[in-house]
Amino acid sequence: MHPAKSVIYFTIATGAGYGLFFWLALLAFHGLLPANKIFAFTALAISFGLIITGLLSSTLHLGHPKRAWRAFSQWRSSWLSREGVMAILTFIPMSLFAIAWVLMGKDTGVIRIIGLIGAVMALITVFTTSMIYASIKAIPAWHNIWTKLSYLVLSLMSGSILAMAIVAAFGYPQAYHLMHPTAVFIVLGLIVKILYWMHILTSKLVSTAESATGLGKFGEVSLAASPHSEDNYLLKEMGYQIARKHATKIRVIVAVLAFLVPLVLIFVCMHSLGGTGRTFGLIATALICMIGLVFERWLFFAEAKHAVMLFYGEQKV
Amino acid sequence: MTSLPKTAPKKKLGLVIDLDICVGCHACATICKEWNTGAKSAPLTDINPHGAGQDGVWFNRIHTFETQSNEGLSRTVHFPRSCLHCDDAPCVTVCPTGASYKREEDGIVLVNEDICIGCKLCSWACPYGAREYDETEGVMKKCTLCVDKIYNENLPQMSRAPACVSTCPTGARSFGDLKDPSSDVSKLVAAREGYALMPEQGTNPVNRYLLPRPKKDRTAVDQSPRQLTHEDTSTDGAALLARWVDKILS
Amino acid sequence: MGKSFGRNPFATVKEEVEYSPQVGETVKFSTCYMCACRCGIKVHLKKGKVRYIEGNPDHPVNKGVLCAKGSSGIMHLNAPGKLTKPLLRTGERGSGEFKEIEWDEAMDLATKWLGDTRAKDPGKLAFFTGRDQSQSLTGWWASNYGTHNFAAHGGFCSVNMAAGGLYTIGGAFWEFGDPDFDRTKYYMMFGVADDHDSNPIKIGLGKMKTRGDCKFVQVNPSRNGYGAIADEWVGIRPGTDGLFVFALIYELLRSEKVDFPSLARYSNAPWLVIDNPGKKDDGLFLRDKKGNPLVWDLKKKKAVNAYSRTITPAFAGTRKVGTKKTRPSFELLAQRYMADEYSPDNVADKCGVPAADIRRIAAELAHAAFEEEVVINEPWVDTWGRKHDKMIGRPVAIHAMRGISAHSNGFHTCRAIHILQVLLGSIDTPGGWRYKPPFPKPIPPAPKPTPPHYKPNTVLGGGPAGFPTSPEHLIVDDAGEPLRIDKAFSWEHPLSLHGMMHMVLRNAAKHDPYDIDVLFMFMANMAWNSSMNIGETLDFFTAKNEDGSYKIPKIIYSDAFYSETVPYCDLILPDTTYLERYDCLSVLDRPFSSAHGMADGIRHPVVELDRDVRAFQTVLIELGVRLGLPGMVNKDGSAKFPGGYPDYLVNHERMPGIGPLAGWRGKEGTKKGVGEPNPNQLDKYIENGCFWIDEMPMNIQFFKHANQKYLEYSKKMGWIDEASPVVFQLYNEDLQKFRLAAKGHGKKQPPEQHRARIEKYFDPLPMWYLPFEERDVDVNEFPIHALSQRPMHMYHSWGSQNTWLRQITGSNKLHIHKDMAESLGIDDDDWVWIKSRHGQVKGQVKCITGVNKNTVWTWNAIGKRKGAWGLKHDSPEFNKGFLLNHIISDVLMPDQSGHEYSNSDPVTGQAAWYDLRVKIEKCMPEEFGITSPIYDAPKGPISDKNISEYGKGLQGTPTKGRVEPAEWIGQRHFNSTLIPGIKDGHGNKIKGDK
Ligand SMILES: Nc1nc2c(c(=O)[nH]1)N[C@H]1C(S)=C(S)[C@@H](COP(=O)(O)OP(=O)(O)OC[C@H]3O[C@@H](n4cnc5c(=O)[nH]c(N)nc54)[C@H](O)[C@@H]3O)O[C@H]1N2
Ligand SMILES: Nc1nc2c(c(=O)[nH]1)N[C@H]1C(S)=C(S)[C@@H](COP(=O)(O)OP(=O)(O)OC[C@H]3O[C@@H](n4cnc5c(=O)[nH]c(N)nc54)[C@H](O)[C@@H]3O)O[C@H]1N2
Ligand code: SF4
Ligand code: SF4
Ligand code: SF4
Ligand code: SF4
Ligand code: SF4
Ligand SMILES: [Mo]
Repeated sequence: MHPAKSVIYFTIATGAGYGLFFWLALLAFHGLLPANKIFAFTALAISFGLIITGLLSSTLHLGHPKRAWRAFSQWRSSWLSREGVMAILTFIPMSLFAIAWVLMGKDTGVIRIIGLIGAVMALITVFTTSMIYASIKAIPAWHNIWTKLSYLVLSLMSGSILAMAIVAAFGYPQAYHLMHPTAVFIVLGLIVKILYWMHILTSKLVSTAESATGLGKFGEVSLAASPHSEDNYLLKEMGYQIARKHATKIRVIVAVLAFLVPLVLIFVCMHSLGGTGRTFGLIATALICMIGLVFERWLFFAEAKHAVMLFYGEQKV
Repeated sequence: MTSLPKTAPKKKLGLVIDLDICVGCHACATICKEWNTGAKSAPLTDINPHGAGQDGVWFNRIHTFETQSNEGLSRTVHFPRSCLHCDDAPCVTVCPTGASYKREEDGIVLVNEDICIGCKLCSWACPYGAREYDETEGVMKKCTLCVDKIYNENLPQMSRAPACVSTCPTGARSFGDLKDPSSDVSKLVAAREGYALMPEQGTNPVNRYLLPRPKKDRTAVDQSPRQLTHEDTSTDGAALLARWVDKILS
Repeated sequence: MGKSFGRNPFATVKEEVEYSPQVGETVKFSTCYMCACRCGIKVHLKKGKVRYIEGNPDHPVNKGVLCAKGSSGIMHLNAPGKLTKPLLRTGERGSGEFKEIEWDEAMDLATKWLGDTRAKDPGKLAFFTGRDQSQSLTGWWASNYGTHNFAAHGGFCSVNMAAGGLYTIGGAFWEFGDPDFDRTKYYMMFGVADDHDSNPIKIGLGKMKTRGDCKFVQVNPSRNGYGAIADEWVGIRPGTDGLFVFALIYELLRSEKVDFPSLARYSNAPWLVIDNPGKKDDGLFLRDKKGNPLVWDLKKKKAVNAYSRTITPAFAGTRKVGTKKTRPSFELLAQRYMADEYSPDNVADKCGVPAADIRRIAAELAHAAFEEEVVINEPWVDTWGRKHDKMIGRPVAIHAMRGISAHSNGFHTCRAIHILQVLLGSIDTPGGWRYKPPFPKPIPPAPKPTPPHYKPNTVLGGGPAGFPTSPEHLIVDDAGEPLRIDKAFSWEHPLSLHGMMHMVLRNAAKHDPYDIDVLFMFMANMAWNSSMNIGETLDFFTAKNEDGSYKIPKIIYSDAFYSETVPYCDLILPDTTYLERYDCLSVLDRPFSSAHGMADGIRHPVVELDRDVRAFQTVLIELGVRLGLPGMVNKDGSAKFPGGYPDYLVNHERMPGIGPLAGWRGKEGTKKGVGEPNPNQLDKYIENGCFWIDEMPMNIQFFKHANQKYLEYSKKMGWIDEASPVVFQLYNEDLQKFRLAAKGHGKKQPPEQHRARIEKYFDPLPMWYLPFEERDVDVNEFPIHALSQRPMHMYHSWGSQNTWLRQITGSNKLHIHKDMAESLGIDDDDWVWIKSRHGQVKGQVKCITGVNKNTVWTWNAIGKRKGAWGLKHDSPEFNKGFLLNHIISDVLMPDQSGHEYSNSDPVTGQAAWYDLRVKIEKCMPEEFGITSPIYDAPKGPISDKNISEYGKGLQGTPTKGRVEPAEWIGQRHFNSTLIPGIKDGHGNKIKGDK
């Protein structure tokens, strides 16, 4: 599939934004967050910022952005619609929590509950996003449980790294509370991703040129002439080709940037650095991880083979 | 209704394509373009019409495949491909706006371009590449089964058929109600064991394809090919000539 | 379309579909001209624009269907390269520097150039035409002008098929005959990609295959297109079909699977041939005083008139008749083809067809012809008055085209195929191959080519072209040297019936045999895909004398588009397109008859002209008037056809009562074929959908060559002079006459240097020889055959300017067999050099299995020259597409005497496009990505379009109606006969319904 920037940004940013909110709300729930308006504002601004710009970028690449509101109507059947609806709904508890916390500087009682509700809905929203892709049978590389898991886990992972960086930036010790969950999710993330890759490389074929054309009974099917001598919409949108060797290279980059380096760095920062060093260390970690995720998401699209390519020379998907 | 019709469509209008006689002439592809560029989905925009990267919206495309059997027998098969108007159309269920819908009365899958937001998701969901995004219009388009032709009372009966069907020079394309077992198309499909593309995708296409029939080629079956018995086996046929000299042959 | 805009974001909007838009305001009927097949079309017009073009269901040619080209007519009309005004060259030839001029100036100039030439010597005008269908007009104009230097493009097209047929059976393949698709049991197709009968062949194949009781054999090095649906693909090696056919004949003869009765009645098989070696009558037919050929009657035990009613002819045996030793021609034929060299085993390797397959196919042919007779219970009478109570068919049908004709041995191979048909007794029988009226004609037809007269302002006094039957008819001087600029009808190519347009530029530029004053061309892309050896041809266009003047002083050209040829001409007369003018598809020219009946038709303007161009035919007639050409002016010098071409169509009479159109003749429009002009004739045609057909009763639909009633009808219609039988000429005496001349007999003899060649190739019986390129080049260095094929969706050079068609094929690939690719280390999309002894061209590869292993092929005429057709310079047609024409030489390697013959068939002068031999070399990586050669671009028009939204605003106005759709069954009739329950009829019409 064609790896479109807008979609790569959309999935990573919203994932991180919701993840970040999840951890903030969780800390708040356990009364671990300082009721400091500046901190609250910065943290939530980053979370909201990521989510909103993410949603915007996905909207702006539409053929008719002005009609985007119509996308709410089909929540009964369409995961994209559900994602839209959830995103909006999730803003309610998120906003209440934010208002209370930032303006009233309160994070007590009912607000904590609302925060928690927001956190759960945030995860559900991330899940709906994952389902947009996981629900597409024509792309076996997406149509599996690992797609959903990796979206969820990576959202929580990127979220907690961000949370750590921000908390640390304000010099709060609470960063320690996030250290181990973060580590855990980084490891989980790596595992899930590895399992995803193993799955798509080993899972049995869904469709073949033979089943696509129904000509299998005559033997092996190969394309002798394409309908058009130049590329058409289908080839541009779904015909993206990436060499196996290239893909493996990128997997390594992802493993290193998104997981291994951050894993090491957070311990280094927390234990052997202090003050600004730690702050910048963690911010750097967060950035490196994000860059790693860009590679991860790019590959997620680039190496996904679409069934239609079976009509254009692909042998199997 | 972008959830699929709750009650199964009353009719299942669709196409039947006979690969036994399709010569890959592309007539059904260009006439489709010609009809539809001024019809419901008008225009079927073309980009770079006179330069590099020429591309455009086509509802019907002709591929050519070759097959190679283990015995080394190979053949060439021309293969037209358009929307199959699936019963369980994923292009419909993924659509967030309801622009992509399947009609209850005849099962035709259409796009309501007035509300389509151009998210392209349906084109990802279709395993058959039957959806066509119009860059300039920012909406999705697709085979309409010539809905504004087949019901059109302003056209004479012979024209009241999908453009691709009525123009096919070899007669490789048929059209009708594939739900009604007593319809002629259903009989054609039954007799020729018409099949669906990529059944494993669970889309339950309405359109059917008819396989090329067995070649009337004895070499494949019969290892000792027939041959004529010679009346004369000499190198110059002199004996036969001699025989003909006085023979009344007329 | 129902626009419903619910504002509730959660509501599902329901679309109201408009079922019955009013498609167009008006519907007009005409005839398609996206190719030469001439299908009937219905043009739906809205706001004066074309909304939709569909097939006319009532039209005899296409019965409602259209092909990919016909369905893209809208984009032809909207092509970027359309010419808009007359052009006068201002820069060098080829530069594309023109100034637009007014028509008055253009006509004055043309009149002056043509007038001066005519006043000097009309023969100094060379008038050659390409893809047109008005050769009866242009040829007539040429003879009125007085030049013998006229021809259409047939010389580089398919004259081998025309000559092979007209000198053997009085008809021809090409578009002049039809397989009986409804009845045939065995159909063989030799070397056809799409052909002129584009839709009829497709319709027929669909029928035949659906019927299911017929075997379809495709003989073709390539398996694409029609080959894909053939039951058997014979992947023959190019140029060897003759051998293959001889081997089939070998098998049939040796097993006596030959229709002797039919041979006795309808062919010259029993005619007695004089056996008198070294003498001037050797190999000629023995004739009685009245000139009738003789046969040996076994009962009467004497030689009798071959035409007499009851004969029992001998088919073999040397007999003395009077003083002459004679043998039936059949013996000569049998002797030749029963010889060992033509046994399946001996030809198998040369053809690349296993001997067992050849034997089996021969057996299958014999079985189909003699065991599977089809009978039509329809009494008929033959020319000897013999009554036949039924029509017995030998259901073997054959069609062959340029895969046979575009080789230097094509004439003889084409004859060989006809002889196979005759031996099987299948010609014009039920299930066989059928003549389309006005064929059959006498073998060959009567007209003879007319020699030059060198008289100022004088008509030619005959047609430029004709059918030589002996050396006397050649257009040569006393020394035997050519008198035509193309050297047609000379000793180099005596039977070049269609002229040799492919040699005109070379000869005119080299002043060989002489120089001309004006070259006048119409509708032929001679600076690109229509000439061999493009590079040199362009030099011929621009060649200059010492004084700087062009060797070809003046070139006038009529094109409708900015083709590659336009920039090389001096005066451009811009033409209209097929939807904007009158055209005539005439019985005097190339009618679109079917075997059921004679048909002709017209085109008429269905859309308004939007630019300053004029229909060429009208322009030509006006030029005729300005030049005062007889036939175009009245005594007082006033125009005979002031109304231009349409006026001519109605009022011109070629012979009394016979005009361009055969339908609705006579004052009241009640006469057909012959009758005085009818002022309302064109209206009649338009009323009837622009065609006229005269369906023939069944009893004259078959055996037309010997069907008394048919031949009388044919005479009545003015197609033949005498209602006498057309006797198949297996052994062709006319060819023998040329051979005798070469052997030193007769007044007109070939110059020394051509003797051996004439003697060899004017064999009265079909022969096979190595195609000349294969004979001359080192086949070890150039081991591969290279071919081009017509894409079904493109028409020569016009397709690439078509927004839709160029999306299907905007660049072409070289198709090579996977095994060859492997051995050369080549993969899909690699770039390769295709090298011939003449040059090299670069292209991209597609590996397939459906092609002969020694053969590569590519699509014809996809590669274009930068600067042409109004396309942007980055177009793939210019940068990726390629032509084989660059590496095909127009002349053969010099012979011992240093003479360069045209790269053509030695008998007919047919261009040997498919003799090309090449080697393939993979390009260096840095050479990938772009074709070669690429010539620099002339200053042509360049489209500025980035988006085309044709159809926006042409949607039909809603009328809210709705009728239930009727199901449509392809091949409904034949499916109904096979599948219980399917109703008979056509498409969505059920037989019996109103
Ligand atoms: N769509 C379309 N239709 C056209 C035209 C067009 O440009 N486009 N052009 C029209 C014109 S002008 C003409 S002349 C006709 C030509 O009609 P065709 O003869 O059908 O055209 P070609 O493309 O020359 O096809 C030649 C075929 O012969 C095969 N062939 C080559 N060499 C040999 C051989 O040695 N033996 C055998 N058995 N086969 C061989 C080639 O593989 C090819 O399939 O088509 C007419 N119709
Ligand atoms: N390599 C290779 N070359 C071939 C062949 C092949 O098989 N292989 N085939 C050969 C054969 S059989 C043929 S017939 C020729 C065909 O070659 P041509 O007869 O040259 O046909 P086109 O190439 O279409 O060129 C016709 C010209 O007519 C112009 N034209 C189109 N419509 C109109 C009109 O309405 N009015 C006027 N005045 N002009 C118009 C076009 O713009 C074009 O310039 O190609 C030959 N060239
Ligand atoms: S029009 Fe008919 S024959 Fe031609 S490609 Fe389409 S289905 Fe095949
Ligand atoms: S073919 Fe594709 S577009 Fe058509 S209904 Fe099926 S899934 Fe939808
Ligand atoms: S592109 Fe249009 S039709 Fe397709 S899913 Fe999106 S909104 Fe629905
Ligand atoms: S049914 Fe109509 S829209 Fe669909 S492919 Fe055929 S012509 Fe095109
Ligand atoms: S075959 Fe096609 S292009 Fe040629 S006349 Fe018929 S419809 Fe037109
Ligand atoms: Mo031709």
